[in-house]
Amino acid sequence: MIASDKPTGQSNQPVIKVRGLVNRFGAHVVHENLDLTLERGEILGVVGGSGTGKSVLLRSIVGLKRPNDGTVEVLGTTLNELNETQRSQIERRFGVLFQRGALFSSLNLQENIALPLIEHAKLPREDAEHLARVKLSLVGLPPQAALQFPESLSGGMVKRAALARALALDPDILFLDEPTAGLDPIGAAAFDQLLVTLRDALGFSVFLVTHDLDTLYAACDRVAVLSQKRVLVVDIIDKVAGTDDEWIQDYFHGPRGRAAQRAHTGSSNNANVQE
Amino acid sequence: MPSEWIARHDQTVALKGEWTLANYRHIKAALNHNETRAELGKPTDATVSLDAITRLDTAGAILIVELIGVEKAQAVADWAGELPKEQQALLVRIAEAMEAPLDVDPPSYSRISQALASVGQHMAGLCSQQRQLLAFIGLVMATLFHLVLQPRHWRPTATVAHIQQSGLNAVPIVALLTFMVGAVVAFLGATVLQDFGATIYTIDLVAFSFLREFGVLLAAILLAGRTASAFTAQIGAMKSNEEIDALQAQGLDPIELLVLPRVMAMLISLPMLAFVGMLSGLAGGAMVAHLSLDISLTQFLTTLQKDVSVMHFLVGLSKAPVFAFVIAVIGCLEGFKVSGSAQSVGEHTTSSVVQSIFMVILIDAVAALFFMEMGW
Repeated sequence: MIASDKPTGQSNQPVIKVRGLVNRFGAHVVHENLDLTLERGEILGVVGGSGTGKSVLLRSIVGLKRPNDGTVEVLGTTLNELNETQRSQIERRFGVLFQRGALFSSLNLQENIALPLIEHAKLPREDAEHLARVKLSLVGLPPQAALQFPESLSGGMVKRAALARALALDPDILFLDEPTAGLDPIGAAAFDQLLVTLRDALGFSVFLVTHDLDTLYAACDRVAVLSQKRVLVVDIIDKVAGTDDEWIQDYFHGPRGRAAQRAHTGSSNNANVQE
Repeated sequence: MPSEWIARHDQTVALKGEWTLANYRHIKAALNHNETRAELGKPTDATVSLDAITRLDTAGAILIVELIGVEKAQAVADWAGELPKEQQALLVRIAEAMEAPLDVDPPSYSRISQALASVGQHMAGLCSQQRQLLAFIGLVMATLFHLVLQPRHWRPTATVAHIQQSGLNAVPIVALLTFMVGAVVAFLGATVLQDFGATIYTIDLVAFSFLREFGVLLAAILLAGRTASAFTAQIGAMKSNEEIDALQAQGLDPIELLVLPRVMAMLISLPMLAFVGMLSGLAGGAMVAHLSLDISLTQFLTTLQKDVSVMHFLVGLSKAPVFAFVIAVIGCLEGFKVSGSAQSVGEHTTSSVVQSIFMVILIDAVAALFFMEMGW
């Protein structure tokens, strides 16, 4: 596997290890003693009701929010203990796709993706823009999109371009915050497929915050459920769906959950037939 | 030339080592090196071996696809079966992505036509900007006259909030600034008038300039910088957050809800601030007169009462509502012109300040001519 022989960390060590995480906003406790592990090369889906702190968890792992207590170990190091330079070294191995894309509105798409290549990889502008164009094509955007500005793009294109930017430096860990929210079902399905293909090809690990049941069935290796301020359960989706908890039962066995499950088993049966 | 990443043995081109982003420039330099070029011949024809590659990422894969060509890369399973499955998949994905030509160049024109086009664009922009301003003033006026008779639609809370923000909170800065300018004018007058032994006329100079011009002008310029920009940024942020659309979709009128309270607040604030400006300008002049010209405060006030008619005060104050209206309308209109991006908010904020200061000074100049001709 390609990712496994990247420099730091032994190949079997988890890439993210969260232990005893506590996050508070004033008196409001979001996480209490939260443990979570992301294994190398896996796509971990993180689900939970609104306000259970999925995005906060993502922000504490990538270092945008300092946790009130507990440790977050990423790629074998604890981010909060590092100085600026070391931290930046680790952080450039993350790719983050924010909920609303967060593309830089003053740059066109090609410049958006070339920016980290110029700043971190120190490539000359010409090379960086060439690589940027290949990455845009890799996520399925047409060549003309390279010169467009984010404000003129549709939601689906913004998500794709944001994915291309997250992938710019060939990250070890990809953080996705609701990547399929606001996409039409066809676009969302294409995004799921793209994610799996790229993961297989590039070998990164994915921390995927989502509400989308179809994404969970189509793309995720394991699913973690955030509830009652901690990770209630983390396992392969069928086992998670079988957990005896009211919220989980409602979530996976409500009308939408059943439909997604049916669609998934249907499609995998078809795949078996083809084989 | 043997290099760290590429070597040729007879008919086989062997790629080796770490083909990653970190080495991208070195590998590219090695590939472009003349000797390597000559030695490699056409790599598309030769047998390429990828066995010795230890690491591969997208940047390295892009270089390999460029070297061997898209078709060969897509068929990688046929000739490099011993390569790990993931790396094969990566090469195939990248080759697919590079299949279509990726270079799109923006259409380019000659310098002269670009310059001409930009002049034309600016002129057209200027014209449409003025037309939009007039149209917007008309819209605001129409809404205003429509609502004047319907007290239910007045927005006292919003108006008062804006009066506090743009009027009350601006008092200290307006007072300080006009006080200092008043002192400067007095010094200037003293220096010039001393030669004629007419330092006493410093009082008239300060009084005339502040009552007729400086009080209102300085207050208006300050509010143009302070409040027009705030209006643009507020409404611009709402525009890019689709709040304006949400209002319209609910059948509410953004002019009534957002623009009129701001315009009314300015119409009330600016005359008051102009008055504050006149007073503190006179105070600045009186202070200088007292401290360095030996004109006592009593003498200052008596001369003021005797020499300066109330007409000048009214002339000065009559301009305040006009300035207030123009500043508020330009600030709001620029806010409505904002489109999605953060850059656009910045551009329109700048434009609203520049335009409103320009309009204030232009109107002031025209008004000065008018009042002079009228003998007021």
